[in-house]
Amino acid sequence: MSVLTPTMTSPEAAGARRALLERLHDWVVTVDHKRLGIMYVVAGFGFLVIAGAEATMMRVQLAWPGLHVVSPETFNRLFTMHGTTMVFLFGIPVVFGFGNYLVPLMIGARDLAFPRLNAFGFWAFLFGGLLLHFSVIGGDGLYGAGSAPAVGWFAYAPLTGRAFTPGNATDYWNLSILVTGIGTIATAVNLVTTTLTMRGPGMTLGRLPIFVWVMLTVSAMTLVILPPLSAAQIMLLLDRYLGAHFFDTQAGGSAVMWQHFFWFFGHPEVYVLMLPGFGFVSEIIPVFSRKVIFGYATIVAATVSIGAVSLSVWAHHMFAVGMGAPLNSFFALSTMLIAVPTGIKIFNWLATMYGGSLRFETPMLFCCAFLFQFLCAGLTGVMLGVAPFNWQLTDTYFVVAHFHFVLVGSLLFTIFAAIYYWFPKVTGRMLSERLGRWHFWLLVIGFNMTFITMHGQGVLGMPRRIYTYQADRGWEIWNLVTTLGVPLQIVAVLLFVVNVIVSLRSGQRAGDDPWDAWTLEWATTSPPPPYNFETVPVTTSRRPLWDLKHPDDPDGPHE
Amino acid sequence: MSASSVSSAVGGTGGGAALAPPRTQWKGRIGILGLIVAEISLFAVFVVAYLFYIGKSVNGPYPAEVLELPVVGTVCLLSSSLSVALGAGALKRGHVGLSGIWLLATVALGATFLAGTAKEWYRLIYSHGLTIGTNLFGTTFYPLVGLHASHVIIGLFMLGLCSVLAWAGALRSVHGERVEIVSWYWHFVDAVWVVVFTVVYVIGR
Amino acid sequence: MLCRAALTCGVIVALPALVAAADGQGPTPSIFAPVSTPAFAIREIAFFVLGITGAIFIVVAGVTLYTMVRYRRRADDSGSEPPQVYGSMRIELAWTVVPFLIVVVLFLVTARYIWGIERYPQPPGAVEVTIVGNQWWWEIRYPKLGIVTANELHVPVSDPARPTPTFITLESADVIHSFWVPQLAGKMDVIPNKTNRVWVDPTTPGTYVGQCAEYCGLQHALMLLIVVVHPREEFDRWVAAQQAVARDDPAASRGRELFASLACISCHTVRGTTANGVFGPDLTHLMSRWTIGAGAARNTPENLRAWVDDPSALKSGALMPAMKLSRRDLDTLTAYLVTLR
Repeated sequence: MSVLTPTMTSPEAAGARRALLERLHDWVVTVDHKRLGIMYVVAGFGFLVIAGAEATMMRVQLAWPGLHVVSPETFNRLFTMHGTTMVFLFGIPVVFGFGNYLVPLMIGARDLAFPRLNAFGFWAFLFGGLLLHFSVIGGDGLYGAGSAPAVGWFAYAPLTGRAFTPGNATDYWNLSILVTGIGTIATAVNLVTTTLTMRGPGMTLGRLPIFVWVMLTVSAMTLVILPPLSAAQIMLLLDRYLGAHFFDTQAGGSAVMWQHFFWFFGHPEVYVLMLPGFGFVSEIIPVFSRKVIFGYATIVAATVSIGAVSLSVWAHHMFAVGMGAPLNSFFALSTMLIAVPTGIKIFNWLATMYGGSLRFETPMLFCCAFLFQFLCAGLTGVMLGVAPFNWQLTDTYFVVAHFHFVLVGSLLFTIFAAIYYWFPKVTGRMLSERLGRWHFWLLVIGFNMTFITMHGQGVLGMPRRIYTYQADRGWEIWNLVTTLGVPLQIVAVLLFVVNVIVSLRSGQRAGDDPWDAWTLEWATTSPPPPYNFETVPVTTSRRPLWDLKHPDDPDGPHE
Repeated sequence: MSASSVSSAVGGTGGGAALAPPRTQWKGRIGILGLIVAEISLFAVFVVAYLFYIGKSVNGPYPAEVLELPVVGTVCLLSSSLSVALGAGALKRGHVGLSGIWLLATVALGATFLAGTAKEWYRLIYSHGLTIGTNLFGTTFYPLVGLHASHVIIGLFMLGLCSVLAWAGALRSVHGERVEIVSWYWHFVDAVWVVVFTVVYVIGR
Repeated sequence: MLCRAALTCGVIVALPALVAAADGQGPTPSIFAPVSTPAFAIREIAFFVLGITGAIFIVVAGVTLYTMVRYRRRADDSGSEPPQVYGSMRIELAWTVVPFLIVVVLFLVTARYIWGIERYPQPPGAVEVTIVGNQWWWEIRYPKLGIVTANELHVPVSDPARPTPTFITLESADVIHSFWVPQLAGKMDVIPNKTNRVWVDPTTPGTYVGQCAEYCGLQHALMLLIVVVHPREEFDRWVAAQQAVARDDPAASRGRELFASLACISCHTVRGTTANGVFGPDLTHLMSRWTIGAGAARNTPENLRAWVDDPSALKSGALMPAMKLSRRDLDTLTAYLVTLR
């Protein structure tokens, strides 16, 4: 605490500053899963804002042909940083942050299995994120965006080799993601161990909340898929620094091998991102429909099978690489097959809502938009799985539209649903419904304006990752409308931030169970005490609190 | 660690035998198994790269010319799995001294293996001019064998720590499970060697 | 019957893009405006899958909307919990099996098109082209015809009765690129240390545009492709003109000597002279091309002069160095280059 200066002006100020420092210190040294969960989500949203600014700059540059808002160099850095930040520094941390916070509470545990490893995971992520962003100011400085990497978020070889990308920009990408990856693997080990060994009394695997099943699945997936990325990155490091030739095509190496390794990680990774979104929805829709989830066992089975099958689809990112008809056919088949368990989840959620009594508070609003947008995302995904159609669509704005429907229209919307739903539990206060509605509608309109339109440019022949385009291609209107959706989304997110700040101070007090929900986290105070449960409730079914509230008609016999 | 078992025991009154017992003693085992799964995945990629590049080197030296079967090292390493198993077992039964001997033997055997690797690399680099940048064989050989060797080093460090603690009399039978977890890691390292040996010295040659 | 319904649905879904393509607003390379056999085939299967997915969307979105409206909580709601329905094996089996069957059908159709396009046999009359991707331009060679040019691909129109497609072998000199002219074929990556093949079979003459479709570095955006589809006689005339050595215009002799004395010849080839460099585009018939710098600027004498003076002014980061010539030398050189028709 050498930061404390001896020149205090008054005893009150001294007391306040010490308290603030003490509070900060508590957060920095914490190993409490709840605090770490909050830190993950807050840091993740910080990176969301940065990556959103990067996207905004790109959309302004592309609003009309031939603009010079940013240089070609800067644009290439923008799309690289945007993609890398969104996937590794927003999506993964937020999703694992929620897992961190909720899993012990949902299973009746006191913390994760390895609390110090948990803290390590968070700080590794944060360090990696800061390292990546340091690249912006390192090297050439801010103008021209410094040494930020410009190789795309999937960093294809041999563009990433020393010969084609001199300087250290690529190394920032390589090393920072290597570091965050180690943190993610650590958290995955933690979540698997916690779920398998620290369940409270009566919490059998068959009674786990669906969100916990989802986190178990994505953690297991992470253990299998993240090391291949790390391995490929180590190989790239060796190529760049020790003269190895893993991806060095001039020495007989294979550029396609990088793609195989990367996408073997990269595709399951997007399921690691999206499945927790499904987990949120599986918790929220039943509560706001006042009905039990329809088909618990099938949803769990679908989740696990998505996890497994997702390991076999990766080369649908490589249909244009020239793998040959047999391999193209295999991956087309596996890609279409995975649509089945993914699609039927939608039916389960619909069946849950059907015959229910739907309440449309903000969490449910986001879930409803998700249902439509994810349907779109899934169907364009099926289109992309049809290899010959893919030969026209891949590497165009159609793909960009598709995956933004998945990651923004589906994942981000479910994250907001989750925040509105669990914010009362985490903070003890409700978020403002009024601001929530504004946030929701602005986001829905802005998002769809941008990303439905974007399918158009793709189909009209506009490839990705171009900093400008020719005036006579007929792409102007589509790009302009795409860009016009951006300010709405910015305002929406700003309103959300305002909502959080205002509600933290003066939001309506939440109580233990403001939504009349059924899983264990609602059985403790809001916010929970550090030890989570004074007395761990005994779990008698998949909805322990439903059983307590409806002793005449418990879930047990129906399951 | 033990606090959580207390809290769940407190909450568990009223359940009895019908409820799932606390499984907290499995935490360490599941944890190390999770790590092992991740490590298998890591090694698998280097193995795949090695297999893919077999026969694709544009220039020599080629594997058949320069590789010799590391018999001594392999025997040492595989035996060390036996010695570490005996060491962990001895500790669980309370024979701290015996466990210390077996653990030390494990470290010695592992160190011998490493020395063999070092000698082999010296020979490859200085006698045959094979470096990581020489050709695709060098590019895939050194990282694969080196990744394994680095895991041996980590394992030796952990086992060395255990040995020292055993010899200092600081270990008790209650620590047996933790030493067992270290031994599982060591068994994994040995299993990886079996794969590396097969891929590099049998298939690839 | 179902197929036709699917196709109709597909056309409806694709309508906005079709309208945009028919806009007449310049060469919009819409994937729904094909002029070549593989692109036609892709559009066929695209309509098929759009039809299926369109129908699924309408049904599922419709049910979702209905559910939200029908089961929303009314003001007069009693507040008691609705009947809890835990699942139904029969329903869940049905909605698993039906999608699975759709997938099977879709896959079988897909496989047929994959094999049909990829394994299309090369007929005897086919034109053979080798395209080498470079940062950031395309080298285009006709090995059997002895032609080397850049950035513009000229092919003969193909008669469906006796097809004369063009088979293109794709190689890369540096990083990964992707050859894509949407109206002619699906894209195929251009990968170093790997040879890929793609074929086009255009049935309508005209000029079609495309561009590199795999991020390849700084000027990936300015790596345009122009494909000119000629009627047969016109194509033969183009070939003959390209096969000729460089025009030897006596008025430009000073420029030619200057060219030969500068570093130009270490990168560029002008057939019929001493220049036979291979790092840059072949300049033998430079003025027959529409753009300079693979789309960086129209190929006019002014732009050419600016390009030679400092390529980065027109295409920042271009790998051709600025020649830093005096104004006079620049004029002389340009006067020579414009004779290379």
